[in-house]
Amino acid sequence: MGPYILLILLVLPFFGSLVSIFLLNTPSRTLPSWAAGSVAFLSLLVVAAAYPAIYDGEVLRFHVEWVPQLGLDFTLRMDGFAWLFSALITSIGFLVVVYARYYMSEDDPVPRFFSFFLAFMGAMLGIVLSGNVILLSVFWELTSIFSFLLISYWHNTAAARDGARMALTVTGIGGFCLLIGLLLLGNIVGSYDLDKILESGDIIRGHSLYLPALIFILLGALTKSAQFPFHFWLPNAMAAPTPVSAFLHSATMVKAGVFLLARLWPALAGTYEWFWIVGAAGIITLLLGAYFAMFQQDLKGLLAYSTISHLGLITTLLSLGSPLATVAAIFHMVNHATFKASLFMAAGIIDHETGTRDMRRLSGLFRFLPITGTLAMVASAAMAGVPLLNGFLSKEMFFAEAVETHADSILDRILPYVATLASAFSVTYSLRFIHTVFFGPAPSDLPKEKPHEPPHWMRFPVEFLVVSCLIVGIVPAISIGPFLHTAVVSVLGADTPEYSLAVWHGFNLPLMMSITALLGGAALYFVLKDYFATCEDGPPILRRLKGQRIFERILVEVSWRWARLAEQRVGTRNLQPQLRWVVATGFLAGLLPLYLSGFETRPFVFSGVDPRFAAIWLLGIALAVGTAYLAKYHRLAALVTLGGVGLIVCVSFVWLSAPDLAITQLLVEIVTTVLILLGLRWLPKRMHGVDEAITLRARFRRFRDLALAIVCGIGMTFISYAVMTMPVPDAIANYFLENAYSEGGGRNVVNVILVDFRGFDTLGEITVLGVVALTVYALLRRFRPAPDSMDMPEQQQIQNRFDEERPERSAGDTVRDYLLVPSVIMQWMFPVVITFAVYIFLRGHDMPGGGFSAGLTLSIAFLLQYLAGGTRWAEDRIRILPLRWMGAGLLTAAATGIGAWFLGYPFLTSHFQYIELPLIGKVPAATALLFDLGVFSLVVGSTVLILVALAHQSIRINRLRAIDAEKGREA
Amino acid sequence: MEIILSIAIGVMTSCGVWLILRPRTYQVIIGLSLLSYAVNLFIFGVGGVKTNVPPILSDDVAISTLADPVPQALVLTAIVIGFATTALFLVVLLASRGLTGTDHVDGRSDPK
Repeated sequence: MGPYILLILLVLPFFGSLVSIFLLNTPSRTLPSWAAGSVAFLSLLVVAAAYPAIYDGEVLRFHVEWVPQLGLDFTLRMDGFAWLFSALITSIGFLVVVYARYYMSEDDPVPRFFSFFLAFMGAMLGIVLSGNVILLSVFWELTSIFSFLLISYWHNTAAARDGARMALTVTGIGGFCLLIGLLLLGNIVGSYDLDKILESGDIIRGHSLYLPALIFILLGALTKSAQFPFHFWLPNAMAAPTPVSAFLHSATMVKAGVFLLARLWPALAGTYEWFWIVGAAGIITLLLGAYFAMFQQDLKGLLAYSTISHLGLITTLLSLGSPLATVAAIFHMVNHATFKASLFMAAGIIDHETGTRDMRRLSGLFRFLPITGTLAMVASAAMAGVPLLNGFLSKEMFFAEAVETHADSILDRILPYVATLASAFSVTYSLRFIHTVFFGPAPSDLPKEKPHEPPHWMRFPVEFLVVSCLIVGIVPAISIGPFLHTAVVSVLGADTPEYSLAVWHGFNLPLMMSITALLGGAALYFVLKDYFATCEDGPPILRRLKGQRIFERILVEVSWRWARLAEQRVGTRNLQPQLRWVVATGFLAGLLPLYLSGFETRPFVFSGVDPRFAAIWLLGIALAVGTAYLAKYHRLAALVTLGGVGLIVCVSFVWLSAPDLAITQLLVEIVTTVLILLGLRWLPKRMHGVDEAITLRARFRRFRDLALAIVCGIGMTFISYAVMTMPVPDAIANYFLENAYSEGGGRNVVNVILVDFRGFDTLGEITVLGVVALTVYALLRRFRPAPDSMDMPEQQQIQNRFDEERPERSAGDTVRDYLLVPSVIMQWMFPVVITFAVYIFLRGHDMPGGGFSAGLTLSIAFLLQYLAGGTRWAEDRIRILPLRWMGAGLLTAAATGIGAWFLGYPFLTSHFQYIELPLIGKVPAATALLFDLGVFSLVVGSTVLILVALAHQSIRINRLRAIDAEKGREA
Repeated sequence: MEIILSIAIGVMTSCGVWLILRPRTYQVIIGLSLLSYAVNLFIFGVGGVKTNVPPILSDDVAISTLADPVPQALVLTAIVIGFATTALFLVVLLASRGLTGTDHVDGRSDPK
C-alpha cells in the first residue's frame, strides 16, 4: 500500500459520509449504524496497519502537487504523534458509533447524524495528517463546520441552534486567525511544508514577524480548545447529542487546539512571549474551569467545564517550554480523551435511562444502574487523579513540572499552588458527580420511571474505555509506553528527555501535592455538599457574569447596531448620490497617477486638422449638448439628436480607417433608436407647472453636477489627447496583423481577432447578449404599465375619431394608410436586406462585415416588416422564433469550439483550407466561419427577441384594458 | 485630428455625466448612450488616429502601415454589448415606471 495508506485513511470517512446520505430514507437505525461502524472500524484497521512503519521511526508521506506556484501541495504526513491522534480519533470514533446506535432515538434522522459524524472524523484526521499548513487550516475549518452541523443536529430546539452558532462564530473566527498566522509562518520560513517549518524553529523565533504570527496562531488554537477567554462556547455546545459531546467536545475537536500547539511546539515554543500568552491562558483556564465545574447542575455542563479545565492543564504544560512537560502534555491528551469520553457516554446513559441530567433531581441511581455506576466511578476517579488510574500518572507528571522553575516570573511561582488547587477542585467535582448521582435515597421525580441498565452494546464502549484507563494506570510502561514514545520522539526529536512511566516514584513533592489535593478536594465536597444540592446553576458571584451574554451583546453590537449606524451615516438608497460618488471616484482615480508620478505638458497642435472633420464634429458637439439639454422635456427631439451624434461617430470611424466599426455603429444606431422609440410610449407626459419653482437647493445641486460634468469632460479631453498623440507602443497588434492570414485565413484582421484569435472572448460576449435578451423578455412578460399610460395614445385617439366622423371610413383605416408608400417600399426591401445580410456575413472574413453586423442587418430586415405592416400583419406572415435562433447560435459557436477537442486541439482552435467547388473554383473555408455563423444567429435572435417583446406590449395592453374593464364591471 | 477627437470625447463625456446625474430615468439612459460613444471613441483612439490607411490585409501593403485592429475589435463588441445594456436598462426603467408610477430614478418623486 505504501504512501496510499494515508490517502485511504483520509478518504474513507468522507466516503462513508457520502454513503450515509444515500441511506437517508431507511427507516431503521441498524443499517446506517452498521455502515458507519464498518467505516470507522476499517479506518481503525488502516491506522493499525500503519503502526509497524511508525514504530520503526519512519514518517509516512503522501504528496500530490496542488498549486505548486503558491507553495500549496496536498501533502499528507504521518509520524508517531499523528499516528497516536489518528488511533485516538478512529478508535473513539468507532466506540461512539456503537454507542450512538443505541443512544439515538427511532425518531431521529440517524443517517444524517452518521453522515456528519463521519465527515467530521475525516476532517479531524485531515488536521492530524496534514503535511502542509494551509491544508491543515482547510481541514481545521471543516471541523468547525461539521461541529456546527452536529451541535445543531436537533435544530428544532433553540439551545442547539444558539450553541451551534456560537461555536461556529468563535471557532470560525479562530480558524480565520489561524490561517493568517499560518500564512505569516509560511512567509517567514518560505514554505508551507510542515517539515520545513518544524526544522526552522530558530529562524522563526528570531524573526520580526514572530509575535504577530504567534498571536494569530494562538487565537486559532485557543478558541478551538476553549481556552479562557474563549471558553464559553463549549458549555453551550452541550446541546449536541451526547455521542457528539463525547467525540467532539472531549476526545477530538477540542484537542485540535492543543494538538496544534504540540505540533508546532518545536517551531514556536521556548520564548518568553510563548510562555506568557500560552501560560496565562492555560493557568487561568485550568483554575476557572475546575472552579466552574463544581457548581454545575447539568451533568454534561460539569463535564464540559471539567474538559475546559483539563485542556487548560495541557496548555499550561505546553507553555512551559520544557521537553518533559511536553511529554506530560501528550500523555494527558490521551488519558483525558479516554476517561472523559467514557464519562460523557455514562452521562448519556443516565440521561437516556432517567430522562434528566439535572443533578438536583438525580440521586441513588446505583441500585438501578450498578454496572454503569461502577464504570462511571472508575472513570471519575481517573478524572480526579486517583492512583492506579491513568489520570493519576499524567497529573503526577504535571505536578513534577509545576514545581520546577522554568521562567522566573509570577506565573511560574504561583503554578504549584494553582495546580494543587485546581486538582482539589477536580476531586470535588468528580466526587460530586458520583455521590449525587449514584448514592443517597432513591430518586423521586424522574421523568422516566424505573431506570434500568442499558443494552449491553451501549455500555460496551464505556467498559472498553474504562478498562483502558485501568490498564494504562496500572502497567503504563507496557501498555501505552511504546505508542507514547514514538509520539514524543516525533515531536521532540533529539530533545526527547528521559522519562519514566512508573506508577511509584517514591515519596516526593508531587505525591504530597496529590495527597493534599485528594484530601482537600474531598473535604471541600463534604463542606459544600448541601449548598451544591440546592444552588442555582453556575458558581456563586460569577454566576451572573456569563461569557455567553457578553458574546451575544458584542454580536448584536457589531452585526446590528454598527451596521445600521454605518448604513445611516454613509449609505444611501438614492441613485443620484451613488452615481455622483462613482463619477467623482472615477475622476480622482484618473487624477491620482498623474499627481503621483507627474506628467509633461505638451502644447495642443491645431495644424493638420482637416476642416471638414472639424466641421462635422462642430455639428456633433452641438448635437451632444442639445441632447443633454432636451432630454428632460423633449424626449423625441433628444432621441433624434442622440441619433445624430451616433451618425457622426459612425462617420468618424469611416474617416479613421475603421469600416467594420462604422458598419456596426450604423446598424446598432438604427436598432437602438427603434428600441427607445418603442419605450417612449410608456413614459409619463410632461406635467406643466410642477418643476417651475426651483429651490436654492436644487440650483446648488445642478451647479455641482454641472461642475462635476465639466471637470470630467476636460479631464477626458486631456487624457484622450495625451493618449492619442503618444507613439503607439509595439504591442500585440503586430502579432495579429502578421498571423491573421497565415493562421486565421482571413484578411479582415478585426474579424479574425473576433472569431479566431479571441474567439473565447466573443463566445462570452454573445452569451452575455443572449442572457440580456432573455432577461428583457422575462421582465416584459410581467410588465404592467403605469395607470396614466393605460389610455390609448393621443395620436391613435385622433385617428379613430377621424375615422368615426366619416361614414365611408371604418376604424383603423387611417392607420392602414399611414406612410403607405414607405411601407410598401419597406416590404419590397425585405429580400434585398436579407441578401445584403448574407453578403455581409460571407465577406466578413476578408472584407469589412462579419457575424455581428450581418446579424444586426437581418434583424433590421425583420424589424422593417413590423414597422411597415404592424405587429399583427408581420406575425401573420412570418413566424420568427428568436429563442431557437439564439439557442442554435450559441450551440453552433460552442460546438465549433468543442469540435477542436476531437481533433486533439484546445478549445476553439480554428482550421482553414481552400475547398475546390465546381463552377465557382477555390473557396476559402475556415471553421471560424462556422463560429461566426453562431454569432450571427445569436445576434439575430437576441435583437429580435428584445424588440418584439417590447413591440408586443402595445398588443398586450388591449388585453390588460379588457381585464381592467371586467374588474370595473364586477366592482 | 487628435485635438478634434479629444474635444469631442470631452464634450460627450460632459453631457453624458450631466445626464446620468439627473433624476429622470430617460435622461440617464440617454446619458449612458452618450458616455458609451465617448468611451468607444476613446478606446478606438488608443490604437492611434490614422486616416486613409488600409484596414484590410493585402499583399502589396506593408503591415506597419495598417490600422491597429485590436482596439477596433474591442470597440466592435463594445458597441453590440452597449446596445444590449441599453435595452436592459430601458426595460428596467419601464418596469420601474410601471410599478412605481413615476419615472424618477429612485422610484419616488420626493428626493430625501
